[in-house]
Amino acid sequence: MIPANFTYHKASSVQDAIALSQKLGEEAKYMSGGHSLLPMMKLRFATPEHIIDISKIDGLSYIKEEGEILRIGALTTQSEMEYNTLLRRDYPIFMDAIKLTADPSVRNAGTIGGNIAHGDAANDQPALMLAMRATIIAEGTEGQKVIPIDDFFHGFYMTALEPSDVLVEIQLPKKKKGSGGAYHKVERKVGDYATAGVAVHVVLDDSGICQEIGIGLTNVSAAPMRLDRGEAVLKGKKITDDLIAQVGTIASEDSEPTSDLRGSEAYKRSILNTITQRMIRLAIERAQH
Amino acid sequence: MAKHTITMTINGEQVTAEVDSRLLLVHFIRENLDLTGTHIGCDTSNCGACTILLNGQSIKSCTYLAVRADGAEITTIEGLAADGTNHPLQKAFHDQHGLHCGFCTPGMILRSVDLLKNNPNPTEEEIRWGISGNLCRCTGYNNIVKSIQQAAKEMQNESESV
Repeated sequence: MIPANFTYHKASSVQDAIALSQKLGEEAKYMSGGHSLLPMMKLRFATPEHIIDISKIDGLSYIKEEGEILRIGALTTQSEMEYNTLLRRDYPIFMDAIKLTADPSVRNAGTIGGNIAHGDAANDQPALMLAMRATIIAEGTEGQKVIPIDDFFHGFYMTALEPSDVLVEIQLPKKKKGSGGAYHKVERKVGDYATAGVAVHVVLDDSGICQEIGIGLTNVSAAPMRLDRGEAVLKGKKITDDLIAQVGTIASEDSEPTSDLRGSEAYKRSILNTITQRMIRLAIERAQH
Repeated sequence: MAKHTITMTINGEQVTAEVDSRLLLVHFIRENLDLTGTHIGCDTSNCGACTILLNGQSIKSCTYLAVRADGAEITTIEGLAADGTNHPLQKAFHDQHGLHCGFCTPGMILRSVDLLKNNPNPTEEEIRWGISGNLCRCTGYNNIVKSIQQAAKEMQNESESV
């Protein structure tokens, strides 16, 4: 399958990309790793007239802690994250997710920025971003935008990014004592999109009280979804088996899955209950170590 | 239709060509360069038959624009034994019967080159995860795993004796 005709443009910098986007108008799309966009173009689900390649821009591939923040450059590939010693040691939630995202060759090309900017609820990173309460940094025609993750996902493939905005960095709270996260998705085969997935991130104080909690869901709603009601059950409390069971039930009730080739709505609600409970337990276990 | 002049190194040789924006790298390799060892299977980045090395990393060339490979160094299966001697992985796939029909083999081998570069001594589980994006419909994978294990051992011995 060959995509419909378009014109390729290579951006040499973020400013160059924004200028190209402004000049070419709304029929231009940015491409980073290309492993979401190009398959859609081959199937004619997307037919942009112009592709602006942002993958060659220098300086947007990095993983570093500064102050209380973990910064990840938007063009960091999933493979670079997978083999990063800092993420391997302190942020196991990324290892959970990356191992289940596509396959090693796709991860060599796919970037974290693209995974998020695509706005697809089936992608894995959005749930992690919701759970860890990421801040998205974008550059646009009017300079830098700082977008809290709860303002980022607007709907089916819709995000807060304007057509000319380039997602440049993801900021996450740095690992600290008592924090832990975990992710799992059920998939039909290795590397498939999630039948359903759950990311959990907790911060516990010394007495085990839940100070912060984030729960993000993959592929069970039009846009990546936060489990607000489940978080409210746990926040400020000592997390007990009973509370975990309650949150599992809430996940199955509040999610909005639809029946498709990956499973019936009832099946997805059922596995969400189970995965949510397991991921809360795993996140707590990691937070206590 | 926009044309672009691209230059890349394929299997050690420099190639310059004029390509359309929408030309896929796998078509460029197979049709422009006549290197048909790189196969097209699913054409949807699932099966891995089109796997090549781009700057040393395995990628699926059916999901990569040729124009984006401008300036890159590419290795296809034809370049792996360029000096006439089989790569340890090629030898191991032969020794261990790591193929039946051979359709997946070029992609499987190039993927394994990248796998062993990042992890020279993988466990069986790591090998199975490592080739999870490369489908084989004949072997049931057991002999492929054995092949990669043999090659890993030989390549480690080689690097120790150097």
